[in-house]
Amino acid sequence: MTETLTNRASPDAATQLDIYRRMLRIERNDEFTRAQIRQGRITAPYYSARGQEAIPSSISVLLNDDDKICTIYRGIHDMVAKDMPLRPLWAEISGRVDGTCKGKGGPMHLTHPETGVMVTTGIVGSSMPIANGFGWAALLDGSKQVTVAYFGDGASNIGAFHEALNLASVWKLPVIFVCQNNGFAEHTRYENGTSVDFIAKRAIGYGMPGYTVDGNDPLDVYAHAHAAIERARAGEGPTLLECKTFRFMGHVFGDADAYMDPAEKEAAKEFDPMPRFRQKLIDDGIATEAQLEELKAKIEAEVKDAIEFAQSCEYPSDDELRRDVFAEEIPA
Amino acid sequence: MSTDTVEPAATTEMVKMNGMQAINAALMEAMEADPKVLVLGEDVADREGGGVIGVTRGLSTKFGDLRVRSTPIAEQAIIGAAIGAAMGGYKPVAEIMLMNFTTVAMDMIVNHAAKLRFMSGGQSQVPLVIRTLTGAGNQTAGQHADFYEAWFCHTAGIKVVIPWTPADFKGLYLSAIQDPDPVMIIESGKTLFVPMDTPVNQGPIPLGKAQVVQEGSDVTIVSYGQMMFTVMQAVAELAEAGISAEVINLRTISPWDKEAVLASAEKTGRLLIVHEAGKNFGPGAEIAATVQEALFGKLKAPVGRLGAPYCAVPFAKKLEDAYLVQPPAVVAEAKKLCAQG
Repeated sequence: MTETLTNRASPDAATQLDIYRRMLRIERNDEFTRAQIRQGRITAPYYSARGQEAIPSSISVLLNDDDKICTIYRGIHDMVAKDMPLRPLWAEISGRVDGTCKGKGGPMHLTHPETGVMVTTGIVGSSMPIANGFGWAALLDGSKQVTVAYFGDGASNIGAFHEALNLASVWKLPVIFVCQNNGFAEHTRYENGTSVDFIAKRAIGYGMPGYTVDGNDPLDVYAHAHAAIERARAGEGPTLLECKTFRFMGHVFGDADAYMDPAEKEAAKEFDPMPRFRQKLIDDGIATEAQLEELKAKIEAEVKDAIEFAQSCEYPSDDELRRDVFAEEIPA
Repeated sequence: MSTDTVEPAATTEMVKMNGMQAINAALMEAMEADPKVLVLGEDVADREGGGVIGVTRGLSTKFGDLRVRSTPIAEQAIIGAAIGAAMGGYKPVAEIMLMNFTTVAMDMIVNHAAKLRFMSGGQSQVPLVIRTLTGAGNQTAGQHADFYEAWFCHTAGIKVVIPWTPADFKGLYLSAIQDPDPVMIIESGKTLFVPMDTPVNQGPIPLGKAQVVQEGSDVTIVSYGQMMFTVMQAVAELAEAGISAEVINLRTISPWDKEAVLASAEKTGRLLIVHEAGKNFGPGAEIAATVQEALFGKLKAPVGRLGAPYCAVPFAKKLEDAYLVQPPAVVAEAKKLCAQG
């Protein structure tokens, strides 16, 4: 195993409920997204994060709006956890001009600086070197701001990971590297593409703490994220968190999952964070069944409103091809 | 004609300096005037000698190690950190020691620096300068001397600047650092080391504007970077042969000053483009195509192009000399064009 955290922070009841709210918002949003694609109402490449809800939700309750995230194509859950508003999100994935990127980025490049969603990249590994730059800016500003770089297990094998972790450590940057290890790099099983049993072990090589975390357990993610964020805010440098989880919907929506043993997926359901954490909140008396149903209805109403809003928006005009290439519009 | 509007007045005080000194002066001035300007790259701080050839000497001592940071040899990490810092409100000048090393940072430059503004619908700004050095002539062979400006000119969202004189360096750096978009500035050996008269108070030179270095009537020669020295040698020889060449120092390769080149080509009726980059698919092809589209029927001769042959930069001095466009080739090509029409 990798390092063990000694001083574990625990979220209070209200924070646990907030984590669950974010998880449910992700899960409902994902369900509706897949339904809309299936019905042919939107056409977009979609990388579902079903199963990975606990990770960004448990981290985001520890972040402020001005704390930043750099994420990847499988990253809508990271944005929803950061409380990005759903209307501009849906308008964007629907290719409309009222989308957060005016319909020019789509689901793989959603950006929303107001909630700290700074960069979403479609290139494996590229969230990390850029997150370092935000970390450097925070040091120059003298702020306590932190940046979270999200990436998958496959990204820990690309050069950008190694260059970024090394630089972050040498420069003591306030960056938290969060690997969402769902066991598959596209179609390749973890052990067929990765040289170590735990990605967190790679932190040793870069002189920073590395923890392997149960990514399906919000309390475990919270405890480790708390330590990593405190360390970053204190100016002590970066941390690598490997959050182990499972990807229920394949690599890209429509993926036939032929490379996956059906029994494995069935077994993973036992650790699905959604029903488990819901039950825990009820068992611990943090919320009642009725309260959670009410929360679900509220979230579904928010998602439906966002879908309707998106459908009412215009498509961008062709003039947009000449805008935002540079600050100055390119003449027609 | 759209030409450079910041030529020194006759009374401007001049000083002899080389390109390295001009870049250093520009960085000093920019960092002093604007606390958001940063410098990063391999060996750039004074502890490491202020750059492999000393261009950034003195900056870290004056502005501190947090604003002027030496980096590991990790080009993706360098450009990535520069992108993040730029989006975080700073104006980083990132050095990629040699242009061939941009190849290991292509994802950061092409997929991110150049595209984040567009992909985010204008929410992201990446005011970043990438400095890089290249050029044949020093027997550094196939992986240390390529001019790959065409790759970056072909990428929407990044400006490409190749200065010639120390005044160009000073003025174009001052503009690039304050530009809201990513700018790559390509330096080459001769342009850094040859001392030239330079206005003491050289101010910003606008990006995207060419400079008419000398007016002429028979043929327009467009060039940039260290190839301008070759062109100027050839032009002196052409003058002796009674050929009057108009010489344009392009300065910015993308977006390039179409207006200035078209006006000059229309006036002389003949155009020759000279660059160190490979002729195949080189910037000369784009310029030639644009000019022929606009001026077909008005030209007295087909547009001429000179560039490197289709091979890697060779090592042996004899081969390297043959690889580079030399003044006699420029003279011969210009004479050939002038024999027509």
